[in-house]
Amino acid sequence: MRCVKCKAQAQVEVRRHHAAFCGPHFLEWFEAQVERAVRRERMFGPQDRVLVAVSGGKDSLVLWDVLLRRGYRASGLHLNLGIGEYSQQSQEKCEAFARQRGAELLVVDIPSEYGVGVEGLAELAGRVACSACGLSKRYLFNRVARERGFDVVATAHNLDDEAAVLLGNLIAGNVDALVRQSPVLDSGHPGLVRKVKPLYRIAERETAAYAVLRGIDYVLDECPNSVGARSLLLKEALNLLERDAPGTKQSLYWNFLEKLRPLLRAASEPVALRSCLHCGQPTTAEVCAFCRMTERVAHKLRSRVVAPAQAGREPVGARSGPGPDPA
Amino acid sequence: MKVRIRHQRREVELAGVRSVRELLDRLQLNPETVLVVRGSELLTRDARLGEDDEVEIRPVVSGG
Repeated sequence: MRCVKCKAQAQVEVRRHHAAFCGPHFLEWFEAQVERAVRRERMFGPQDRVLVAVSGGKDSLVLWDVLLRRGYRASGLHLNLGIGEYSQQSQEKCEAFARQRGAELLVVDIPSEYGVGVEGLAELAGRVACSACGLSKRYLFNRVARERGFDVVATAHNLDDEAAVLLGNLIAGNVDALVRQSPVLDSGHPGLVRKVKPLYRIAERETAAYAVLRGIDYVLDECPNSVGARSLLLKEALNLLERDAPGTKQSLYWNFLEKLRPLLRAASEPVALRSCLHCGQPTTAEVCAFCRMTERVAHKLRSRVVAPAQAGREPVGARSGPGPDPA
Repeated sequence: MKVRIRHQRREVELAGVRSVRELLDRLQLNPETVLVVRGSELLTRDARLGEDDEVEIRPVVSGG
């Protein structure tokens, strides 16, 4: 197989585009896809401060790498979830990445802040681990971005992630989630920072190829709590379709964005957001779900005669990791 | 040929495999879900493989 640009030996095939690329031309194509997404969806500009949510996995480190190479003002935010060796390795990968590039990395250590890791939060609050983890991430990304003056939060959701979430929401008939699913989530409240997904045009296999070709050292192990996750089952189903009908994932997601979502949006009422009485973050309830969860956990921990950190009301202790100090 | 399958944490020795496509068929892996790496080089499905090659199969699917 030959590179469509230079006819050299190809290293990556992009079947949905009927293309294959050598290493250098794949990297060029990949960065152009990210840039195209940023500009087409007006995600952010060169002057904006972008907070990239980095887990230590391939997608988030690849996103951060591309944004730094393109000259964007991109800092990283890593949440240490307190999941044993997995979390320790994840943080180390993020710190090494930031150190090598002189980039700013902020770290929030959930066990230090809230007394227990996300598995403990889940257990004490009566949630499943992935639910407590997702809630913590959404809350803390926004909160740190707002407190540190970032213009936008960028997450590394790729085409496979978005297609799998879409399929899950369609199966469940989850109309509210379908209305919200987009590469750009505009702020509907002064306390809500804009969220963007610059990798939405790129398949997961392509982010992995980019990471290998750039020599990005990422965590290969999966979160131990993701074993048997429904999202993995949906991805497996989509990859079976993709194998025999290249472009299925892209068609599913892009057709949804272009044709179905506008109809759903037009038929839906805007969600009214207000400030959480306890922490001031945007919520649809009097007290946000994160405060309710952490307060419940703090109460249970107190009853165990363990002194947790104050949850929710003080600025979270995002500390700077390697790289220059925050501006 | 020595094949290191990262996500299954195992190594296998295979004989008579002439291409990446044959390798993935033999291991019953969906090409959409993995990368095949030889040294620092990524291999496309049609890439030829030799008996002395050492390749790594990396998973690309993540999430939970």
